[in-house]
Amino acid sequence: MSETPIIDVADVHFSYGPGLPEVLKGVNLSIQRGEFVAVVGQNGAGKTTLAKHFNGLNKATLGKVKIAGQPVEDQALAVIARTIGYCYQNPDHQIFSSSVVKEVGFGPGNLGYPPDQVNSLVENALKLVGLTALRDAHPFSLGRGQRQLVAVASVLAMDPPVLVIDEPTTGMDRKGSAAIMELLSQWASDGRSIIAITHDMDIVAEYIPRSIVMSGGEIIADGPTQEVFRNQAALTRAHLVAPAAVVVSDRLVSYGVKYARSVDDAVQQVTSICGGRRSHAGRV
Amino acid sequence: MKDQGAPVVLQVEDLWFRYPSAERPALRGINLTVQRGETIGIIGSSGAGKSTLCQAIRGIIPHSSPGEVEGRVKAFGVDITSELRVDLGARIGLVLQDPEAQIIGMTVAEDLAFGPENYEVDPAVIAERSLRYLDLVGLHGLLDRDTYALSGGQKQRLAIASALMSEPELLILDEPTSELDPLGKDQLFAVIDRLRQNDDHTVIVVEHEVDRLVRVADRIVVIDNGAILAAGTPLEVFTGPGVYARTAGERLPAAAELIARSTDAGLLINPVATLDLEDAMAQIVLRLETAR
Repeated sequence: MSETPIIDVADVHFSYGPGLPEVLKGVNLSIQRGEFVAVVGQNGAGKTTLAKHFNGLNKATLGKVKIAGQPVEDQALAVIARTIGYCYQNPDHQIFSSSVVKEVGFGPGNLGYPPDQVNSLVENALKLVGLTALRDAHPFSLGRGQRQLVAVASVLAMDPPVLVIDEPTTGMDRKGSAAIMELLSQWASDGRSIIAITHDMDIVAEYIPRSIVMSGGEIIADGPTQEVFRNQAALTRAHLVAPAAVVVSDRLVSYGVKYARSVDDAVQQVTSICGGRRSHAGRV
Repeated sequence: MKDQGAPVVLQVEDLWFRYPSAERPALRGINLTVQRGETIGIIGSSGAGKSTLCQAIRGIIPHSSPGEVEGRVKAFGVDITSELRVDLGARIGLVLQDPEAQIIGMTVAEDLAFGPENYEVDPAVIAERSLRYLDLVGLHGLLDRDTYALSGGQKQRLAIASALMSEPELLILDEPTSELDPLGKDQLFAVIDRLRQNDDHTVIVVEHEVDRLVRVADRIVVIDNGAILAAGTPLEVFTGPGVYARTAGERLPAAAELIARSTDAGLLINPVATLDLEDAMAQIVLRLETAR
């Protein structure tokens, strides 16, 4: 018998009011504990609308959403808040405290953890995102990338089993993106689940094992990322382009190159096909 | 450079800037000369000073956002660091990354008219410009639309049209596509491309989307830790030995990344510099054919 999914969405329809057009048109989705899932698609495809069903912000007009086996509408908001951490696209829409440490401490404090535990949760979250040195800074004195990290830390501090993160790498440079994606990968590998809504196909290919493509309020592809990036019909319909790593490995497939998660992965494969010469001479 | 004889629009001379109570300067000795008609792409890490530089070029720094300044910014030959004249401010347009933060009007028409009405531009001229710039940004026919009903991508393009309404000679776009989806990014870069084809428009655009950026930029400037780390044509900056050091660990265009990684791995020796992914892949294919 299979494990109870942490998130189970069954034939969910949603519109913002009676007579208004459906934003979700029959969505089915099941996410297990420990899964790291990307949700991709154009703005307006229904990605965020769907994610807001997981924490009860949106209520399905038809169909069922279950969290850890329980219908979401039967659960108290406080219980959902402990289960689903939600990190918004624009960090400035969720930051409101005068220091990083206060911002990150608000969530666990609000969930009723005792002060000692709040402190250790906060310190741990700050360490995870690498903001310990900026703990006393005013969040709005930080750059966009760092504010995003503050927002992530404030959700991680609540230690939720499920993290929904909307555009985790927007406004971030390469190093910042890599740092946050590695952090999230590690976090998911500890048995927690992550749903990342993103437009960045490079990070999806490199870090996220499963991808869901949405278009016009429907899921039009769902599966291992490498299969999804080869589903040209779904990509075209969702106005998406496969990342360079996939383009390169597909171009070189007749030479024995397999699906590549990154351009570097493709190059390493070519190097070993060519005889492995200097295969360890990768860049620093 | 596009045209050696084109007049200089902007000169940044040894510009230093420190925010109040900041320990370290945000800008450290920036020198940059931009000629009319050029499109300049600025890249760099978060916190490197890109947005600070944009604000200094617009005169927001130090006039609305004070701090300790050394050196100067000359726009159209006039020092705007010591005093920002209103007429000069109008000749420089700035569009920010958050489309929500910069739409003022309830309708598209109102938003377009807001800037030029402030500068007492004739209503007939405003009406003519509104149609022209809406068309340029691909929002033809949306004049009477409520601004709240626009998508994020449409809002960002409206913000550019509204900035163009005052007919700035220098337009600065600070991460204009960071909130947009792939289609929105394509549409916004198409607008930059149209501006570029008109020699009157000088554009400075800060972007992380390097693959799109190299197709429109005449020059790339890399900002790192408040200083210019490298500057040159996209080919000069993104290809050749030392590319990772030169670009401060930023993302590279896909072709440049493939060539750089392959060179590091010893697969390619003296590769042909290219920013075209097909050309780059052809070199790898040739290498694989040789190994067979």
